[in-house]
Amino acid sequence: MKLNVNGKEHEVDAPADMPLLWVLRDLLGYTGVKFGCGMAQCGACTVLLDGEAVRSCTLPASAVKAAKVTTIEGLSPDGSHPVQRAWVELDVVQCGYCQSGQIMQAAALLARTPKPTDADIDSAMAGNICRCGTYQRVRQAIHRAAAMRGSKS
Amino acid sequence: MTGMTRRSFLRTSALAGAGLVIAFHVPRRGLAAAAEPQKPKPLPPPNAFLRIAPDESVTVLLAHSEMGQGIWTTLAMLVAEELECDWSRIRVEHAPAAPVYAHTAYGMQMTGGSTTTWSEFDRYRTVGAMARDMLVRAAAERWKADPKALRAQKGHVWKGKEKLSYGQLAEAAARLEPPAAVTLQAPKDWTVIGKPTRRLDAPEKVTGAAGFGIDVRFEGLRTALVARPPVFGATVKSFEASKAKAVPGVEQVVQVPSGVAVVARHFWSAKEGRDALQVEWDLGPGQQVDTDKLLASYREMARTPGPVALDKGDCDAALGRAARRLEAEYDVPYLAHATMEPLNCAVKIEGGRCEIWTGTQFQTGDQGTAAHIAGVPPENVTVHTPFLGGGFGRRASPRADFVSEAVHVAKAAGVPVKVVWTREDDIRGGFYRPLFLHRIEAGVDPKGLPVAWRHAIVGQSILAGTPFEAMLVKDGIDDASVEGVVDSPYLSQVPARRVFLHSPKNEVPVLWWRSVGNTHSAFAMECMVDELAHAAKVDPLRFRATLLRNSPRHLKALKLAAEKAGWGRPPPKGRARGLAVHESFGTVVAEVAEVSVEKERIRVHRVTCSIDCGLAVNPLGVEAQVQGAVAFGLGPTLRSAVTIKGGRVQQGNFDDYEVLRLDEMPEVAVHIVPSQARMGGVGEPATAPIAPAVANAVFALTGKRLRSLPLRLA
Repeated sequence: MKLNVNGKEHEVDAPADMPLLWVLRDLLGYTGVKFGCGMAQCGACTVLLDGEAVRSCTLPASAVKAAKVTTIEGLSPDGSHPVQRAWVELDVVQCGYCQSGQIMQAAALLARTPKPTDADIDSAMAGNICRCGTYQRVRQAIHRAAAMRGSKS
Repeated sequence: MTGMTRRSFLRTSALAGAGLVIAFHVPRRGLAAAAEPQKPKPLPPPNAFLRIAPDESVTVLLAHSEMGQGIWTTLAMLVAEELECDWSRIRVEHAPAAPVYAHTAYGMQMTGGSTTTWSEFDRYRTVGAMARDMLVRAAAERWKADPKALRAQKGHVWKGKEKLSYGQLAEAAARLEPPAAVTLQAPKDWTVIGKPTRRLDAPEKVTGAAGFGIDVRFEGLRTALVARPPVFGATVKSFEASKAKAVPGVEQVVQVPSGVAVVARHFWSAKEGRDALQVEWDLGPGQQVDTDKLLASYREMARTPGPVALDKGDCDAALGRAARRLEAEYDVPYLAHATMEPLNCAVKIEGGRCEIWTGTQFQTGDQGTAAHIAGVPPENVTVHTPFLGGGFGRRASPRADFVSEAVHVAKAAGVPVKVVWTREDDIRGGFYRPLFLHRIEAGVDPKGLPVAWRHAIVGQSILAGTPFEAMLVKDGIDDASVEGVVDSPYLSQVPARRVFLHSPKNEVPVLWWRSVGNTHSAFAMECMVDELAHAAKVDPLRFRATLLRNSPRHLKALKLAAEKAGWGRPPPKGRARGLAVHESFGTVVAEVAEVSVEKERIRVHRVTCSIDCGLAVNPLGVEAQVQGAVAFGLGPTLRSAVTIKGGRVQQGNFDDYEVLRLDEMPEVAVHIVPSQARMGGVGEPATAPIAPAVANAVFALTGKRLRSLPLRLA
């Protein structure tokens, strides 16, 4: 099958039911995408599919077809996406393992809702578990990223 | 500091083209030796802590593991304080496994017990000071000047307006004799320590570039999943692998002591192969384990005498004489750590050597175990420590369980293998925070103050059966089972007190879980004291203050948190506050929780914390650890529990082993107590007070005293 990941075309030989997560990690080497639960419960594997946040651990790669996949590696060339900058500025990360998923989910939220309320953030981010408990700074950083985007446009 | 330099053993060596490398060692005090400090063990060979390269990079080698707690930044701050380097040039790496990196108090290379920052406070500053001294002397030689006339600043040595960069001086400095002693900066001159400092590992963690164990890939590396027993202690009777081997990508199916491993080209094939594998198990006595029955048997046991951990005064007589008696039982369930990164370990055995890649908190133990299984000397085992996707104690395995299994698989398969656990493997895999029961009988005087306290604790010993047992279990008392009770400042005020412990055994493997025994002892102590306060009709803050009158750190933390939380002023409508204060790992934390109840669902809105950890090296990191620990403790306060029926764990993933999610995260305010106290730990201590603070708030709101975790109103 063909797969467009971060703007690059890949030809992949994988079983039809192989989840996108494992195609990305084990066959294509996009290891920034993380395995956390395998059943769309934790959000660590979140990637964008044509800009929408999806759980790659339960999505068969064969279902992606022509949709464009964006992983954390492709969110920005140099970590300069407002969400990434806000994350560094507010010192969000701890162990860091869930943060690729948190950041992709937050980027999708802001693309759709440029000025999210706390309630918007709660409902968009409740599917992304962080065991280190960085939630409070995640919330603050999303507001900060929204402000950065607002001031840029 | 002078003590430090006297005990110091210093050595430098020049690595080919690498510039200045500094190694520094203080004599190791093993766990056993810690009790007898007069007998230091012989010095192990030294190794490097700091590299300054001609390209101006300053690389700090971490003797401990970064698992989110922020030591990647904190230990670098300690070096930078003395080195006067350019902060932007600092890089950090995990050190390899070697005796020189042994914990300064534990004598083994490990990360745990919230000890990293205080145990490395002198060592890493000294390393920085030594390097600065040598760079200055190298510059002095170059300029034919008196070193005393030179100064080091921002990565350069200066003579008036002339300067030489550390990179330019590194190779010359490496050829100099190290200083016999160094003088460390006085606290009043600190420019780095105590300043809120952002994490050095953030940039790579927001771009997906940070490498975790599970991300290790190299040519020829295979992935394995292991079919482990459905009940604890079961063994393989037989297995049928033909269907597993028929799965495309599956290459081998091998038996190992812990089960049957399916080795495949990648994770998905290994998982499909394992799903197709048929294993017949010899279940053994583990199939009898039932957590409801276990708790019932613990309740019985608590009424019978056991090994005594603390005994002062005549407890029975004082209870008999007391004006009033109160009794309560508190219980907590098994808990899985559920680190975000599922356990994994990659192993390559080749040519008499063994290489391991794994997120571990215990390099020394893993190295020794791997050597034994691979049949090579420990120095032939290389341990690579990538970032840890959470640890919380699970990756400090005294039995090296996940590492030894992976070495067995690689040895049996004869190829390099990365064993990966699924979330279900993790939740059902044991090594839990043990189920515990506390039974307290308190006798009070006419004012309601306790005059007698009989306290039974029942739960599995974490250390029994591990290599630590001989050192840390004394007269039937595992310290980790009674911490937070025997050293309670409340108990020290009760004239007649007895604490005894039962440590029943069963097949369920248990382990330390962020803040260890305090997770249950703080719940029992802080709820019981709250019960006594309400029984005495005294405000819980005032009641505690009376009992803690001789514990100034507790008192200060408690008053600060209460004041910041608005204690004494009415909370918003429909809410109530509860408080708790607890000391663990040398640090005192007080927490005030503000809760409401909607349709029998407990909601925690705000948590106001104060922490006295002595010196806060990085206040920004301290704040993060307290917020995180509150979140970690709130999961089991409200939801998480592992239950077992017929030997089978009833949970398997985040749908039924529920942890805290963002929409339930309260606003956590953190106040650091200015303190001259000896440095304590920061990673764990804020975990334990949250459950009692919330339970006490729920009582204040509803009049219902909940004594089981997770707290359930319905």
